[in-house]
Amino acid sequence: MALVMPNAVLSIANLRVSFPRMEAVRGVSLALNRGEVHCVVGESGCGKSISALSVMNLLPRGAVRSADHIRFHEHDLLGMSERQMARLRGDKIAMIFQEPMTSLNPAYTVGSQMAEVFERHRRTTRRQALDRAAELLARVGITAPGMRLAQYPHQLSGGLRQRMMIAMALMCDPELLIADEPTTALDVTVQAQILRLLHKLQQEMGLALLLITHDFGIVARMAQRVSVMYAGEVVESGPVEQIFKAPTHPYTRGLLDCIPVPGVTKAGEPLGSIPGVVPRIAPGFLGCGFRDRCTLATAECAETMRLRDAGADHFYRCRLPPNWKQGTAP
Amino acid sequence: MLSFILRRLWLAALVCLTVLVVSFTLTHLSGDLAASIAGPNATAADIAIITKNYGLDRPLVVQFLDWASHAAEGDLGRSYLFHAPVSGLIRDRLPVTLTLGLTGLTIALLIALPLGILAAVREGSAIDRGIMLVALLGQAMPGFWLGLVLIVVFGLDLQWLPISGIDTWQGYIMPGFVLAFSAIPALMRLTRSGMIEALCADYIRTARAKGLSRSMIILKHALRNAAMPVVSITAVQLGFMLGGSVVTESVFALPGLGYLAWESITKNDFPVVQAVVLFLAIIYIVVTLLADMLNALLDPRLRA
Ligand SMILES: Nc1ncnc2c1ncn2[C@@H]1O[C@H](COP(=O)(O)OP(=O)(O)OP(=O)(O)O)[C@@H](O)[C@H]1O
Ligand code: SF4
Ligand SMILES: [Mg+2]
Repeated sequence: MALVMPNAVLSIANLRVSFPRMEAVRGVSLALNRGEVHCVVGESGCGKSISALSVMNLLPRGAVRSADHIRFHEHDLLGMSERQMARLRGDKIAMIFQEPMTSLNPAYTVGSQMAEVFERHRRTTRRQALDRAAELLARVGITAPGMRLAQYPHQLSGGLRQRMMIAMALMCDPELLIADEPTTALDVTVQAQILRLLHKLQQEMGLALLLITHDFGIVARMAQRVSVMYAGEVVESGPVEQIFKAPTHPYTRGLLDCIPVPGVTKAGEPLGSIPGVVPRIAPGFLGCGFRDRCTLATAECAETMRLRDAGADHFYRCRLPPNWKQGTAP
Repeated sequence: MLSFILRRLWLAALVCLTVLVVSFTLTHLSGDLAASIAGPNATAADIAIITKNYGLDRPLVVQFLDWASHAAEGDLGRSYLFHAPVSGLIRDRLPVTLTLGLTGLTIALLIALPLGILAAVREGSAIDRGIMLVALLGQAMPGFWLGLVLIVVFGLDLQWLPISGIDTWQGYIMPGFVLAFSAIPALMRLTRSGMIEALCADYIRTARAKGLSRSMIILKHALRNAAMPVVSITAVQLGFMLGGSVVTESVFALPGLGYLAWESITKNDFPVVQAVVLFLAIIYIVVTLLADMLNALLDPRLRA
């Protein structure tokens, strides 16, 4: 496949994750370069979180993971033992979760939870780790870091907690940050602040950022590359300008019609929406997962769908030719 | 924290008073006290004299206030049965029961916590099922029966441990085990379920995403949150152990409070009954208060 990037920080090839009665991820491939922001978008339940957790090997019980490879630089994450993985987690690869309310341990102070990750990977004293924590809290825009370190999670607002989660993820200067809908649970005004912060830190620290979202506005503002997921597959992937200018997969076009994007959606243009819901994919499912909801579905769509080129570094998974036009599609 | 403790103490005093009123009323309504004090051969005249001397003809409220005001000064009256001051009896017996209870509690925790944690970490495995089966069997086994088996095996056959009395500290080992046994199943089950719940929490996923070691995740992050219900139930179990040590104390012939309670209830030795109830209530309240304080230390959200 054309997704091979020799200098990729993260490279996932043909990832599959199944649960006993369903296939959550079906052949996902993704790559991420140094300093790059790669967004993964898609409706709820399409497998974004499960794909991200696969990289960390933190899948829930009952999930079975397989892939051609999952590589972090030249390290093969698939073959790593739990002990080896634990050495990378929190150090070179960090992750931020969607729920800042429940992702922190209610029984320990902010300082204790931030310090322990540094102590673990850098073998420092508690004092040094707390100094580092205070430095990072200041960096994510938290005033009076010294006081915050002594507080407990329940004493912080959602926005502060998510800032603290970001600071905690950055304690060991990771190269790869995976952020799973880091702002979904927050107020709209706070969302924008957190995203600006994340973007700023990503650029300052040269982070490779795998950012999961279902917001195309975020994609437009932050990402270089975007992958659109549907029912466990990446149905389209490419550079952000390409996807906005020439979305090719009917699902991507449908999504973009749903969302007003500044500069792309023209004022007064009606917003589309895609009727129907994401299907549940049972083992043995073949063909395009979108065909229940696609107005262009034909018998051909029930066969295994290969990936097609739609331009430089731009792929999609659909029977239609890259330049198909609404109304004239075969 | 201080206002928290004061609030709890105020509640505790109310509970204590209620318990005393109830037990006072029950002992006075459950038959003719004067008749049982006088003994089976007493005449009606004897009983009348006793009723007068002990003030049993006064209204219940007056009798209670009389008892309470003396108790407040440390005078718990005289035992009808032992013909000795009740406070002396209590002073002799209380340490035995406390030592026994704490021994039982220590043994119970040393067994229940590690096994409960292990079962949770290996949820659904053969180890887990084995541990839960033992808990079930333990619950089905009566304490006196276990006590007798232990006496036969370790006391009579192997002669490792004394079979009765507390002349040496070894005398507490077997009764301690028997008491612990009754508490282990509940403690173990609660530890297991608390740990299973904690291990599924989002903050455990965060801890794993930080690359923390398995022991840190289990013993620091999960156990701390699973501990709170365990602490509460431990207090309740310790209360049961101290209050319900009658059977164990009689099987092993230990001169404790439980044994005293049993003797005095059967003989209607009212001042002793009332004093034992008072002390058990106080112990129970202290233990629960300690548990609440420990929980407040464990969970910062309770420290309001
Ligand atoms: N523990 C689990 N057991 C069984 N199925 C699961 C489990 N976790 C997730 N799934 C299934 O895997 C699929 C993908 O879930 P995933 O959490 O990756 O979705 P998502 O794209 O992150 O959605 P959202 O936007 O709501 O977070 C879902 O359809 C879900 O039903
Ligand atoms: S493959 Fe067929 S069903 Fe799937 S998106 Fe393309 S046209 Fe629609
Ligand atoms: Mg998700």
